[in-house]
Amino acid sequence: MSADPIDTRRLDHYVSTAPFDPYSVEQMSPEQERYFMASQWRMMWWKLKRHRLAVISAGVLGFMYLTILVSEFLSPYALDSRHIHHIYAPPQGIHLFSDEGFVGPFVYGYDYELNMDTLQRVYTVDKTDIQPIRFFCRGDDYDFWGLFPANLHLACPSEGGTLFLLGTDRLGRDMLSRILHGTRISLTVGLIGITISFILGIVVGGIAGYYGGWIDNVIQRFIEVLRSFPELPLWMALSAALPVTWSPILIYFGITLILGLLDWTGLARAVRSKLLALREEDFCTAAQLMGASPRRIIGRHLLPSFMSHLIASATLSIPGMILGETALSFLGLGLRPPITSWGVLLNEAQNINVVALYPWLMLPVVPVILVVLAFNFLGDGLRDAADPYR
Amino acid sequence: MLGFLVRRIMVMIPTLLAISAITFVIIQLPPGDYLTTLVTELESRGEAIDQSRLQFLRETYGLDKPMIEQYFVWLGGMLTGDYGYSFEYNRPVADVVGDRMLLTIIVSFATIVFIWVVSFPIGIYSATHQYSLGDYGLTFLGFLGLATPNFLLALVLLYFANVTFGTSIGGLMDSAYIDAPWSMGKFLSVLEHLWIPVIVIGTSGTAGMIRRLRANLLDELHKQYVVTARAKGLSPGKVLWKYPLRMAINPFIADIGNLLPQIVSGAAVVSIVLSLPTTGPMLLDALRSQDMYLAGSFLMFLALLTVVGVFLSDLALAALDPRIRLEGGATR
Repeated sequence: MSADPIDTRRLDHYVSTAPFDPYSVEQMSPEQERYFMASQWRMMWWKLKRHRLAVISAGVLGFMYLTILVSEFLSPYALDSRHIHHIYAPPQGIHLFSDEGFVGPFVYGYDYELNMDTLQRVYTVDKTDIQPIRFFCRGDDYDFWGLFPANLHLACPSEGGTLFLLGTDRLGRDMLSRILHGTRISLTVGLIGITISFILGIVVGGIAGYYGGWIDNVIQRFIEVLRSFPELPLWMALSAALPVTWSPILIYFGITLILGLLDWTGLARAVRSKLLALREEDFCTAAQLMGASPRRIIGRHLLPSFMSHLIASATLSIPGMILGETALSFLGLGLRPPITSWGVLLNEAQNINVVALYPWLMLPVVPVILVVLAFNFLGDGLRDAADPYR
Repeated sequence: MLGFLVRRIMVMIPTLLAISAITFVIIQLPPGDYLTTLVTELESRGEAIDQSRLQFLRETYGLDKPMIEQYFVWLGGMLTGDYGYSFEYNRPVADVVGDRMLLTIIVSFATIVFIWVVSFPIGIYSATHQYSLGDYGLTFLGFLGLATPNFLLALVLLYFANVTFGTSIGGLMDSAYIDAPWSMGKFLSVLEHLWIPVIVIGTSGTAGMIRRLRANLLDELHKQYVVTARAKGLSPGKVLWKYPLRMAINPFIADIGNLLPQIVSGAAVVSIVLSLPTTGPMLLDALRSQDMYLAGSFLMFLALLTVVGVFLSDLALAALDPRIRLEGGATR
């Protein structure tokens, strides 16, 4: 009869149970968040990844540093195994096919003859002598890292055959094996040296930059004096002064110490100038007002803010050390056999008449240039990436 | 200017003193003084030892006195032109050294000129044609030049000269002029032989300089005054020459301070490989046989060369760059 009365009941007061977020408009998508909240190091990594040459260089260097872990295994011969019948033997090429067809990786044997007129050793390739390369085989004995004896190699010559992929030197030692062993020394010289110079640079530069005043003045003058010495002659003089009675391993550490002790000046200057600029910043004053000690301010607040720059410039000065060691050893003032570095190997190439006859003695030049180039590219990439906000 | 000159020289003196102290310490580093080395040397050869001569040498160089006193004797000798005694050559160092220091200066100077002459046009080209094919090619060449250690470059050049021409490119003059007094002919012969070591030593410096000039010029070229100048219708050449280039050219002089030690270092090793009659090979010999007075004076000379070079470059920079104020104290 009557229409439904108008529903006068009030609606329930509606309250959304979802938590209120006043910033919902500014909410970032996950990608945005990833980008904006990224740490400085992560951004550096992104920026570095875009520098293709630097990434490739890092890969090459990483690979080379990995090989030094297993140099003995990778090289077909031991460091000092001599082959008196194969003195100054030329490099043997790897072939897959012989005249008869597919054989797998093999090398041809040599025929050896002494040219009685010039006394030059003449090796001719003997096409009938096919020597297949063996893999994961037992070969020359060695002490792995000088710790335990082993004789497993990645590749060995066939029984009674030879495998001199890069030729041999004046004692009939395989160049490839020696270069691989030399990698271990040449690459670590730079690392140890840069560690020394890094620590020295940060400490001395930190003191100069933070305290300023007369301490800064004295340190600056001292750095100026050190820098006005031409580097190599000074290195030469210092390494010549290393006592001859020292063992080769001590000489090795002596050389790295010399390289490190003279290299820190550039780094110290960079640290100083950065500190001078940064210590005026507000966050530094704040830390001071909260009673932080100078050591904490430098180490905890100032250093991390330009660590990336330091790492970049350290990377750029490693090749200088590698070259320094190479030059010193090349001149006979650096490392001494039985410690073998690329420079020590190049020492054999000093006589140009020998090199003209046996050019493969110069092959250690190739890894030197490769490593120096790679470090330069990587350092360049790091330097660009060190300031990711630009 | 005069005040600046005096101040600059005053700074140089303590620097040189410190350098001489370090050099002296290095001379003293090997065990024993050089007379004991001399005696063992003579004994090993089975020669008789002339006691009176030993006594004479000991007194002249004050070897029986304490270290500090020896240093001042040595320093005093340096100042008066007495550089000590080379036991290997049995003659005073000053006689042994001969032309070598002069030739070292010639090689270093020629290298700097080479670096300037080559890197100037290339740097400008690279900057004005940024990211062009030529720029990429030159940049790559520059990287290669920076990475190749110059003594290895010397070795490779020697090898190719030996293989293709069958001649040695070592040496700094025709063999006829070695030990001959200086003459026009000798000078020309030196010039003829100079270019190979100069190129070898200068490669990395040139590469570095090109990169620096390119970077500096690019910075300038992107500034507003260049845009303004262009907008006003200045010809491109004039825009380049009149302003940005002048600003970018500073490293050519200012960088001598970095360049010179590098060149001297490189020259020392390269001259050993190329067997140039400069200080390098003799320094190496002296170091090998621990002929420390000879080595020390070479080291001192090389450091002096760089210090004086930097001094001259500071003077040139002050004269050429009007932004550098000499008077009026701190400007920053």
